[in-house]
Amino acid sequence: MACSATTRIIHNPLAISSSRSAEKSDFSCKILSPSSFWGSASLGKKLLSVNKAISPISRRSATVVAVSDVVKEKKLKSSSSVSNLLITKEEGLVLYEDMVLGRAFEDMCAQMYYRGKMFGFVHLYNGQEAVSTGFIKLLKKEDCVVSTYRDHVHALSKGVPARQVMSELFGKTTGCCRGQGGSMHMFSKEHNVLGGFAFIGEGIPVATGAAFTSKYKREVLKEDCDEVTLAFFGDGTCNNGQFFECLNMAALWKLPIVFVVENNLWAIGMSHLRATSDPEIWKKGPAFGMPGVHVDGMDVLKVREVAIEAVGRARRGEGPTLVECETYRFRGHSLADPDELRDPAEKAHYATRDPITALKKYILENKLASEAELKAIEKKIDEVVEDSVEFADKSPVPARSQLLENVFADPRGFGIGPDGKYRCEDPKFTEGTAQV
Amino acid sequence: MAAMLQSFGVATASVAFSDHSTKLSGFSVHSLPALREGLEEEMDRDPRVCVMGEDVGHYGGSYKVTRGLAQKYGDLRVLDTPIAENSFTGMAVGAAMTGLRPIVEGMNMGFLLLAFNQISDNCGMLHYTSGGQFTIPTVIRGPGGVGRQLGAEHSQRLESYFQSIPGIQMVACSTPYNAKGLMKAAIRSENPVVLFEHVLLYNLKERIPDEEYVLNLEEAEMVRPGEHVTILTYSRMRYHVMQAAKTLVNKGYDPEVIDIRSLKPFDLYTIGNSVKKTHRVVIVEECMRTGGIGASLTAAINENFHDYLDAPIICLSSQDVPTPYAGTLEEWTVVQPPQIVAAVEQLCQ
Repeated sequence: MACSATTRIIHNPLAISSSRSAEKSDFSCKILSPSSFWGSASLGKKLLSVNKAISPISRRSATVVAVSDVVKEKKLKSSSSVSNLLITKEEGLVLYEDMVLGRAFEDMCAQMYYRGKMFGFVHLYNGQEAVSTGFIKLLKKEDCVVSTYRDHVHALSKGVPARQVMSELFGKTTGCCRGQGGSMHMFSKEHNVLGGFAFIGEGIPVATGAAFTSKYKREVLKEDCDEVTLAFFGDGTCNNGQFFECLNMAALWKLPIVFVVENNLWAIGMSHLRATSDPEIWKKGPAFGMPGVHVDGMDVLKVREVAIEAVGRARRGEGPTLVECETYRFRGHSLADPDELRDPAEKAHYATRDPITALKKYILENKLASEAELKAIEKKIDEVVEDSVEFADKSPVPARSQLLENVFADPRGFGIGPDGKYRCEDPKFTEGTAQV
Repeated sequence: MAAMLQSFGVATASVAFSDHSTKLSGFSVHSLPALREGLEEEMDRDPRVCVMGEDVGHYGGSYKVTRGLAQKYGDLRVLDTPIAENSFTGMAVGAAMTGLRPIVEGMNMGFLLLAFNQISDNCGMLHYTSGGQFTIPTVIRGPGGVGRQLGAEHSQRLESYFQSIPGIQMVACSTPYNAKGLMKAAIRSENPVVLFEHVLLYNLKERIPDEEYVLNLEEAEMVRPGEHVTILTYSRMRYHVMQAAKTLVNKGYDPEVIDIRSLKPFDLYTIGNSVKKTHRVVIVEECMRTGGIGASLTAAINENFHDYLDAPIICLSSQDVPTPYAGTLEEWTVVQPPQIVAAVEQLCQ
């Protein structure tokens, strides 16, 4: 029952309008009977015991959408041929390389952190690569990506060179943000990465604004613009006001945005199930008038299939989509998190669903590429990551003169000094020693 | 409150012409239409300028500043938002980062407290944390200040709350002339600017020039030159000060009145020149005493011009109380002209 209703979304999304009619409830409550809802009144007393009895793993597998399962079914029926595959060889290698880059880079970050090369809060993306790769590799350069503090891999997938990201983490001037942003604030104007935000939920309105600009360019400035914005955020954010406010505005104005929820079940130490009255986030989409989709975020091909439809919808001006990706982070919330609360059985379960291993298996089984080609990619990525560390190591730290730059786009904002000159004309400003 | 404003003094050299008081051309306009004119001229000039806020479109703005603009420019350029301050302010930031020049209207400045996250973290910080890659040319404006028995939450004085945010500029307009000029300057600025309007000042009337003019965001305005004492003020308190000034002149004093206009950063040149001349300073503000604009200004003057002061600075602020509803209590919350007269007399003994 779960598969049929949600599969319909994957294969026929164009038929589903996002109008606020009763029909949108098609892909909400029919799937599960009321008795299986956590928050339902009839379960009220049993809630605690139910929590312990049913592990989150089996609970969630009941609602996982298996896109490639359906595709595999189709394949079994007809004879296996290349045309039934979800990706070509070139696409497969691009996806593989991007995920391996994400994983290798994050592993290197952990090493560098423990060696004292980067500081503060560093949040690694290990395990979630399928979401970033599955979505971002479909985008054009002009499309925008907005992320949270777990943003290294989003920046890499979007095309920010590994050197610039690593330098930023080391706090060097050659970093993408001149060392001023750090791990949680990755920005790139060239590649349209609009951040990097430390407070959860803070980036979603910014993404909504970027999508608004796209619509404005098309309708007011009459430019030929079909740029799409992707907003990535986690399960914890889905209980935050800004999330709901932006779902409303995006659907209201049919903004070209895709809201991508990376539901890894944990917000630091807070389990999603303990924090959320109705843990099925994808259902919140139809409540606001947009399709809500749930996809297996550990499988890059399934994510990509959903992403193709969602991004396509946005590009055609049909409005936003909410995509909930079931995913998992193999490491703790950050490098400072001892990660003691998560059940080892849960971690072991998701480790068997490693997205990189899954894609490798798919590529080899379907003879899209050879083992040697994949190994060559891995070697190349190792070199890229090593090179980025070397580059970052050799790069200079910011000079004092950089302190006061970039506070204002127009430095006259520092005002007029007692001598009648603008303070930014004072040489102490370029030296960074003035008191503002 | 609908008083004919006499143009007192000379605006500084960067303005389009030197003395608007002697120009007989120009036209008579109230503050509110002056703001709208500034807005409309900038929207005509640059198609990327847009407005967003609650009831700015079809309703024309809660104080009618944007009346008629949605009909002229369409619903997307003058966007009626749902009631979600933090999110639509964030949306303005995202739009600014990707090439638009949005103006966010807080229906009442007090509502912008809900947007503090976006104003502080995103408006203020993103240019810096992105290493200078993205600019945020937003204007955040709205009516604020103590009105006529509007109750505590609609009578807030928010200048002090925002002043510490690194990366934003704050200006306060007080006359139709500077309202239009500052509105245009704020829109043209590449920095995020918070423009404080006052609920009680929308009905002032003044002659303003026909030709286009843009004021300087960072400069203060000389309202009345004088020799005995420097009175620094802004927004509505300017009128209480000018009322007190009349009384003071009758008593034989010669106060110099400066409308600081730029609340962040302070124009230390205009202010400093005045302090060097008069050696005595009274600050009159509607902001609260604690951590207010006056507190910052006192510190700045003491630091920079200590040698020139003959007496400690007197700072008259409104009381640190939530604005009461009752008329009498509300009156005692803000600084009144007799208090200003008394302070000057005390200072000049």
